[in-house]
Amino acid sequence: MASPMEICDSTTWTLVKQGAEARVYKTQFYNKNTIVKERFSKSYRHPSLDEKLTHRRTNQEVRSILRCRKAGICTPAVYFVDYSSHRIFMEEIPDSVTARDHINNLLQLSAEAAEQKLQSLAQNIGNTLAEMHNVDCIHGDLTTSNILLKKGFEKIVVIDFGLSFISGLTEDKGVDLYVLERAFLSTHPNTEHIFQIVLESYKKRAKKTEEIIKKLDEVRLRGRKRTMVG
Amino acid sequence: MTIAIGFEGSANKLGVGIIRDGVVLSNVRTTYITPPGQGFLPRDTAKHHRENIIDILRRALKEANITPQQIDCVCYTKGPGMGAPLVAVAIVARTVAQLWKKPMVAVNHCIGHIEMGRLVTGAVNPTVLYVSGGNTQVIAYLQRRYRIFGETIDIAVGNCLDRFARVLKLSNDPSPGYNIEQMAKRGKKLIELPYTVKGMDVSFSGILSYIESMAPKLLDSGECTAEDLCFSLQETVFAMLIETTERAMAHCGSDEVLIVGGVGCNKRLQEMMGVMAKERGAKLYATDERFCIDNGVMIAQAGWEMFRSGPVTPLEETTCTQRFRTDEVEVTWRSDS
Repeated sequence: MASPMEICDSTTWTLVKQGAEARVYKTQFYNKNTIVKERFSKSYRHPSLDEKLTHRRTNQEVRSILRCRKAGICTPAVYFVDYSSHRIFMEEIPDSVTARDHINNLLQLSAEAAEQKLQSLAQNIGNTLAEMHNVDCIHGDLTTSNILLKKGFEKIVVIDFGLSFISGLTEDKGVDLYVLERAFLSTHPNTEHIFQIVLESYKKRAKKTEEIIKKLDEVRLRGRKRTMVG
Repeated sequence: MTIAIGFEGSANKLGVGIIRDGVVLSNVRTTYITPPGQGFLPRDTAKHHRENIIDILRRALKEANITPQQIDCVCYTKGPGMGAPLVAVAIVARTVAQLWKKPMVAVNHCIGHIEMGRLVTGAVNPTVLYVSGGNTQVIAYLQRRYRIFGETIDIAVGNCLDRFARVLKLSNDPSPGYNIEQMAKRGKKLIELPYTVKGMDVSFSGILSYIESMAPKLLDSGECTAEDLCFSLQETVFAMLIETTERAMAHCGSDEVLIVGGVGCNKRLQEMMGVMAKERGAKLYATDERFCIDNGVMIAQAGWEMFRSGPVTPLEETTCTQRFRTDEVEVTWRSDS
């Protein structure tokens, strides 16, 4: 059995991904396959702003993951958090693909074969989101890259809760949907009907849907105003 | 050889520019400057444009040293922008097009910024941060459109800076943002402000109301200086912009980033973007005030591309619109996917 010191020795880890604000490693943690997400400082921003954001996001990520798991939503289990080095040790989701890659692969297929799979994925996303919002967890960065599909593509796993927060406001939920809508349609052009299914499933499952969808429409209109002067 | 003339007046800048196959022949501009503490209103701005456009047009032709007969197409800003100023300028474009018997091309203002940025810097397929008084967008090209990956969900970053400049009664000459930038250089203390990033989107209205309400108290108590406030505001809003741009770059797998729009002249913003780009092995492209700030030649450049690759705009369709999304335009002139 490795000592805690050895467990935290990053030189033995394998770098999986260098993201915009975090590095993701693979390692073992008490004989479990583990992912370590390490937030690093961004030298473009002011040191005190940087420290504040990095700490806050590590904290938020862990809190929201726990909240979601309690509500039965699939997210990676957190094994250990080291606030001094901004590292989160969590469960590895083996053989998973991002929803983004999965959708892009499906869109390559013949329309008919893809359509059904896309629809069931969209329902799945809508349901999961509704359950997340029902426990007042706002993800803050919903994209198809932040949704993983487990082997067999039946269960979806939500990741990357760095921008998440807890809120019961319909405004925050509406914006969360809006962020996903924008990311979804800009990443996968001409899939408006698929996103519509996400919303339909969301509506069936979420609490206070009418108000949230009304907010979503409002936020969209606010968006129109954006193109004012330049 | 194709020569295009561009007319721009969607906000408080009025410009006419002429371009010949990527060579800028002239780029003349004037700015409607309001007294400190005041923004520009549509009616007054349109009046300014009407009073100055003939002179600007004459100077642009003279500087380019060409006759109207040599021009191949007349390009103008269709939108987005303020209605009255847009219309004031479009009328002149329409009139000269008929006098000179030239075809017209209606140009989206945002596309003008992007195409001018690409031409001046040589960036091939960059992720674009478009920041100005009216727009804040993170854009990337995908399947024949400039798609908006992130943008402000309320006010533009330039609007946030301009309105804060009004609180401090800073001069609008040459621009409120420039004066904030100069003040910020002397700021030392970072005041904590709200930091609002939602995925690839940003929000500035909360920051603005917070700093507007806090500023008098902080300044009266001597807790910080006006310079510190400018510094804190810039550091906070720019960090948000860089963060969302980086997220979009990661999302699209892009290794080029281009900053366009009036706020894009800000040296601190460019510096922060440069650090981010360097850290991820990407290249930063930025332009100076001649092309960052609204100008006529950028409209000519986008129009030049459109003229050579697609249909012209029939006279009866040469209208203006205040709301014209960047992704509404089909990009006919780029062959990459």
